[in-house]
Amino acid sequence: MKHVIDQPLETDRMVLNYGPHHPATHGTLRIIMELEGETVTKVTPEIGFLHSGFEKLGEDLNFNQYITITDRMNYLSPLCNNVAYALAAEKLMNLEVSKRTEYIRVLMCELSRIADHLLNVGMLAVDLGAMTAFLYGFRVREDIYDLFEKATGTRLTTSYTLVGGLMRDIPEGFEKAVLKVLDEVDKAANDIETLLNKNRIWHDRTKNIGIISKEDAISYGISGPMARASGIDWDIRVNEPYSSYQDFDFDVAIALNGDVFDRYLVRMEEIRQSIKICRQSLDKMPTGEVIIDPNLGLSLPPKDEVYNSIEGLIYHFEITMPHRGMTPPVGEAYVPTESPNGELGYYIVSDGKCTPYRVRTRPPSLINYSIFSKLIEGHMLSDAPAILGSLNIIAGELDR
Amino acid sequence: MLLEQTLAQIKEKFPDPVLETTEFAGEQILHVKGQDILIVLATLKANGFNFLADLTAIDNLTLGGYERFAVSYHLLCHKTAERLTVKAYVPEEKPSLPSVESLWKTADWQEREVFDLFGIIFEGHPNLIRIMNPDDYEGHPLKKDYPRLGRKERGDFPVIDRGIQKQKPSK
Repeated sequence: MKHVIDQPLETDRMVLNYGPHHPATHGTLRIIMELEGETVTKVTPEIGFLHSGFEKLGEDLNFNQYITITDRMNYLSPLCNNVAYALAAEKLMNLEVSKRTEYIRVLMCELSRIADHLLNVGMLAVDLGAMTAFLYGFRVREDIYDLFEKATGTRLTTSYTLVGGLMRDIPEGFEKAVLKVLDEVDKAANDIETLLNKNRIWHDRTKNIGIISKEDAISYGISGPMARASGIDWDIRVNEPYSSYQDFDFDVAIALNGDVFDRYLVRMEEIRQSIKICRQSLDKMPTGEVIIDPNLGLSLPPKDEVYNSIEGLIYHFEITMPHRGMTPPVGEAYVPTESPNGELGYYIVSDGKCTPYRVRTRPPSLINYSIFSKLIEGHMLSDAPAILGSLNIIAGELDR
Repeated sequence: MLLEQTLAQIKEKFPDPVLETTEFAGEQILHVKGQDILIVLATLKANGFNFLADLTAIDNLTLGGYERFAVSYHLLCHKTAERLTVKAYVPEEKPSLPSVESLWKTADWQEREVFDLFGIIFEGHPNLIRIMNPDDYEGHPLKKDYPRLGRKERGDFPVIDRGIQKQKPSK
């Protein structure tokens, strides 16, 4: 007599739909998985559910109006998008902004990086069943959003930069508030690391999962923390400094294995380095204007003048009316920046009119996501949320 | 340093495919013919430009250029931190050029996006289907002759029949 248990378990190929509305996909993604038992054999990601034609829209809006669209791309770190777009437009128009503007931009970018990384690490932990780490991170992230509200007036759609400067200077007492929040962030990062770094379950779920080799990372165009977790020593802030990043002293976090755990470690270390950069930028904050001379005709006038003087109002209309305002020379500019997800670049082509001829975003989410099907094949189904969470996909930027 | 050497070498090696080199805002741009893009990019990759940062297209309808479409490749050299833009020109009548997916895997999705939004065909691409728009979508939205304000009125769109409308109200 043959026991049933001795026979090999027969499994059929099963097709599983993951998304587009699934809590673990963080946005509208659809993944069609083919399973043998619990092992994923083939993955077909389908995207485009949030495609809103931002690039087409950019051809109709003038240079300052498009900044409001950049908020909606990576909605977890909108300030980085604002800064990246403003830098590209300024390169096209050959504008030089003041040192104070650059330092405030660095401060805001780093605060967004902290908020983005805290949320990413937290969501990864939630997807793997660790709620506490998420709550520690989310609470201080709330404080950072309060800072954004103080400085920009809004929490999410910040639109803080203008071409040629900033919408407004940082408010009084902002330095003190930032320093207080940074201390809280430091504590929260310690708490998260205490919970996860030596946690056996965390190690089992994240180590040797979704390994990206160095060659693959370059071939697939992976950038940012994901590339650095695979051992690529490349940080645009250090290697091609923009917006005065060369003035700051910080380390680049690198890991060698390229798995989910290493990506988590790199992100945690980047939070600490960002805290360092924020403190330095507050220490060395230069004085001066935060917008270039309005008489050049290349920037919006300060809001005080617009609201309180007739000349300012007339001038504001001159700049913002259709077919009037700032006109760059015919040409094109590509500016890469280091966003929390990776290389965020804006490529603007101008035909000499007051709206851009073509605005292209180099979306780190899309390009980092293209390796997903290769990573998941051969892993278990339960590893899918871990790998997806470690890629940090933002659907608004993925589909644009 | 590497950039100047490579550009000189490329110009010498491929006198026919290379149209010209220009500079704007400190960026070097290499203009080449679309059909020869694969061999030019393979040479650039062998010379140290190991990273394809971005791949996109421009519709030159009103801007002017050698041809109607330009596919631009943003290359990066990790060793020397130098960047180079390569623009490959594609005619309107036959908008196709070789795929560079064999050199960089990242070109897979980005070429699909360019195909979807501009209608440019990449020869030799393993899976050239739409990525942003639905598969049955007509037209290529980022072309300059595609209207920005939509194609039709709301009432002209087909109504999806879910079986509910068929039931006639009982008298």
